[in-house]
Amino acid sequence: MSQVSTLYDAPGPRARRITLITSALVGVLTLVGVYYFVYRPLDTRGEFSMEKWGPLIDPTDENFTALWGRLWDGFQATLIAAALAVLGSLVLGTLLGIARIELKAMSKRRYVGLPTPLAVLLRGLTIGLDVISRIFVEVFRGLPVVITIVFVWLGLPSLGVELGKLLWYLVVGLVLYNTVVIAEILRSGMEGLPVGQREAAQAVGLSTGQTTRLILLPQAFRIMLPALISQLVVVLKDTSLGFIIGYEEVLRITSQIVQILDNQIQMYVVVGAIYILLNYGLSKLAGYAQRRMARGPKTRTLPTDATPNAALTEITTTA
Amino acid sequence: MSVILDHLDVFAGGFWLTLQLCFLAAIGALLIGTVIAVMRISPVPPLRALGTAYVTVFRNVPLTIVFFFSAFALPALGSNADFLRIPGLDQIFNRLGIDLPYFRFAIIALSLYTGAFICEALRAGINAVPTGQAEAARAIGLTFGQNLRFVILPQAWKAAIVPLGSVIIAMIKNSALAGFFGVVGDLSNSGYSLITVQGEPAIPVMIGISIGFLIMTVPLGVLLDRVEKQRAVAR
Repeated sequence: MSQVSTLYDAPGPRARRITLITSALVGVLTLVGVYYFVYRPLDTRGEFSMEKWGPLIDPTDENFTALWGRLWDGFQATLIAAALAVLGSLVLGTLLGIARIELKAMSKRRYVGLPTPLAVLLRGLTIGLDVISRIFVEVFRGLPVVITIVFVWLGLPSLGVELGKLLWYLVVGLVLYNTVVIAEILRSGMEGLPVGQREAAQAVGLSTGQTTRLILLPQAFRIMLPALISQLVVVLKDTSLGFIIGYEEVLRITSQIVQILDNQIQMYVVVGAIYILLNYGLSKLAGYAQRRMARGPKTRTLPTDATPNAALTEITTTA
Repeated sequence: MSVILDHLDVFAGGFWLTLQLCFLAAIGALLIGTVIAVMRISPVPPLRALGTAYVTVFRNVPLTIVFFFSAFALPALGSNADFLRIPGLDQIFNRLGIDLPYFRFAIIALSLYTGAFICEALRAGINAVPTGQAEAARAIGLTFGQNLRFVILPQAWKAAIVPLGSVIIAMIKNSALAGFFGVVGDLSNSGYSLITVQGEPAIPVMIGISIGFLIMTVPLGVLLDRVEKQRAVAR
C-alpha cells in the first residue's frame, strides 16, 4: 500500500469534502438505481417473501432443519472431495516436481565409464522420460478442469476402470490437474533458488537426489507456501464442478433443494456467501503465511548476529 | 480417431464458437479489470472499498455460481443482457436465426469473474513500477489520472503481461463451463452432446475436445514462457 499512496498527494480538506459529497450523491443514485432495476423486479416476482427466504433463515420454518442438514451434507461432501484432492495432488505433485528436476539434471549426464550401449540406453531413457513428463505437464495444464473431470468420468469406465463412487472420479480429475500445477509451482520454486544452494550441497558431497530432497525441496516449499495455499482455494472452488458429473456436493444439493422449494436466487446467494467466507479465510491464511515467511527465523536474528557494519547496510537498504 | 474425423465440422464449429466467446470475454474482462484496478488504487476511499469488495467476492466464489447467477438471476431481473447486442456482434448471438441469450450470459459471467483476476495481475504490475516513477510524475505536477495514463500504466502493462497472460489462459479453460450452462454449440457442449445424444465413444470425442482447447492454451503458454525468459535475461 505504501507504493500505491505515492500515486497521489494526500487529499486535503477540500478534496476530502468533494469526495464526501460526490460519494454521498453517487451512493444515493446507486441506491435509487438498485431499487428500480434490482429490487422492484425481484419484489414483483416475490423474491423477498418469507415463503422463499423462510426455509433459509427462519428456524421455525418446517423446512429449516432439513434444508440446513442437506446443505451440511453437501459441504461435507465438498470438503471431503477437496481434502482428498489436495492430499493426492500434494503428494503426486511433489513427486512429479522432483522427477522433473531430476530428469532435467540427468538428461545432461553422459554416463562416462559405462559401456557405450548401456550409456546410450540410459541417456535415451532419461531424455524420453523428460519429454514424456513435459508433455504430461503441458497437456494437463492446458486442459480445462471440467473437461478433465468429465474425461475421467466418461472415459475411465469405457477403458474398463470402474472407480465405484462418483467421488473418486471427481477426485481423480482434480488430482490430475492439480498435480501438474503443484509440480510446476515447486519446480519453479526450486529453480528460482540461488545456484549456490545446489553447488554448496554438492560441495559437501550430497548426491543429486539428496540435494533435491534435503536442500532444494524444503526451501521451495517455504518460498512457494502462499502459492500453494492459493492453489488450495482453487481446488475448493473446483470441487463445485462435481455438480456436472452428478456428485452430491453442495451445489448439486442446492439445485435439488431449488427444485423442491423454488427459491434459486436465495439459495445461491447463501451458498455463494458461504463459499466466499471459506475461501476468504483460506486466502487470509495465505497472506498470514506470506508475512510469516517474510520475517522467518533468519531475518529475525539478523540484527543481533550481524556485525554493526552489516546492520548499517541493512538499514540503508530498507530505508 | 475416425470419430474425430467424421465429426470434424462439429469440432471445428465448437472451436470457433469457443474462440469467439473467449475473445469477447477477454475484452470484457480486460476492461472490467482495468477499471477495478484503477478504482483500487484511486485516491477516493469509497471507490477503493468497492474495488476491494468486488475482487474479494469474485475471487472467492466458484465460477459455477457466477454462471448460475448470470444464467438464472439476470432473467429474473427481466434482463436478457440486451445491452450486449452491439450491431456487429449480433450475428454471433443469432445462431440459426434464434436469439439465444445464453451466449451473452456466458460472456458476462466470464468477464465478471476474470475481471477480478485481471485487476490483481495489473495491480501486481503497478506495484512493480519503481516508486520513483510515480513520485517524479507527481513532482512535475501530473494529476492522478495523468500519472496513471502517461507514467504508471504504460510501464505496469509490461510487468503485468505474463500474469495477465496466465489469467487469460485460465479464462480460456474456464470457458469450457459455458457449454454446461446453456450455450449451444461450443467446444464442450458439442462434444458432450456427441457422447450423450449421438452415443459416440467417449474417449475419442474427449480427445477431440482436448485438442481444441490445447490448440488455444499451449501456444499461449509457450509464448508466455518465452516472454518471461526474455524478461529474465533483460533484467
